Amino acid sequence: MEASKKRQSEMVQEISGTNPLKCMKCGKCSASCPAYEKMDIKPHQFVSYVINEDVEALAKCDSLWVCLSCFACVERCPRDVKPGKIVDAARQLAVRQKGGSYLVPDEIPALVDEDLPQQLLVSAFRKFRR
Amino acid sequence: MKYSYYPGCTLRTKAKKLDDYARASAKALGFELEELEDWQCCGGVYPLSSDEIGSKLSSVRALNEAKVKGQELVTLCSACHHVIKRVNDDMKNVEDIRTRANNYLKLDEPYLGETEVLHFLEVLRDKVGFDEIKKKVVNPLTGRKIGAYYGCLLLRPSDIIAFDNPENPTIIEDFIRALGAEPVVYPYRNECCGGYISLKDNDLSKKMCNTVMDSAKGFEAEMLVTACPLCQYNLTKNTAGGVPVIYFTEILAEALGVKEEVDA
Repeated sequence: MEASKKRQSEMVQEISGTNPLKCMKCGKCSASCPAYEKMDIKPHQFVSYVINEDVEALAKCDSLWVCLSCFACVERCPRDVKPGKIVDAARQLAVRQKGGSYLVPDEIPALVDEDLPQQLLVSAFRKFRR
Repeated sequence: MKYSYYPGCTLRTKAKKLDDYARASAKALGFELEELEDWQCCGGVYPLSSDEIGSKLSSVRALNEAKVKGQELVTLCSACHHVIKRVNDDMKNVEDIRTRANNYLKLDEPYLGETEVLHFLEVLRDKVGFDEIKKKVVNPLTGRKIGAYYGCLLLRPSDIIAFDNPENPTIIEDFIRALGAEPVVYPYRNECCGGYISLKDNDLSKKMCNTVMDSAKGFEAEMLVTACPLCQYNLTKNTAGGVPVIYFTEILAEALGVKEEVDA
């Protein structure tokens, strides 16, 4: 069951606590992003997708999983739009649906090595699933 | 001076040395870290969503325990510091989160963000003072060229973390200088290492880590120091190597002459 397009856009704004209309499309967020090349939808485009009420596209894009919330975009945005918080809110909408997880526990044993810190696993669990 | 201390999950396991060197150094510098009795994992990343309450509660419990003891709360791991400091800001300034968290916890007295959260480096800078540390150095690290790796968690968002200038930080460089070594300033010291992405997309973490490492090598750093176990892991595992990445507490313990007793 999905909310209307308008409501989904409102939900992203509520969860993220941002106002995408403040964006002046300078592109500094995308220019700052260390994961830019791996993003199918770029940080500055996230803002436009929310304004255009197309959250469905955001909730299934790959960028949700490569954004690391490093907050370079948030820190450097001259209009305080906080694109990283918008990406994270779209990620929340994805993982809050059954089957929306990007990581399942059964994958873990093959991915870990002896030195891997616990911090990595707890962080990945918090970001990649609910 | 006695502080409440929150070590966090990784400092009890894979990053035990980060913790051991800090405790020994604190003793040498004359302050005490009193570990919280009942701390729980911070979760590693701060839950950004305004409607996420449950995942913020472990931080509130730690903050409240320090408040009850009347102590400032010291953290060491960058991730724990980031999460606890941001949750504290929520409890102080975000009415909705503060109300819902308190309604759930029903503490003897509501927690309203009273506790002061300090990173171990802030204790060194603001409480002990780098000049004092300099006086207590017995093995100055003369001639060593050491780069600081800040990463993202200690610096951003700067309005809440309020640790240092987010684009041109100096605290770790000043720390390195106090130990007698030469700090190496390189441009990528405040860029992300890839964090937990190394689990699912190792190539992306490799690319990010190599950018940082190439930048540090270009400025002739012989060693990098960090406060974050995950940065230490990524920068070590996901680069060609050549420049060791160690915890900042290790060079502190070395300079203060307490490293051997920890290693023994």
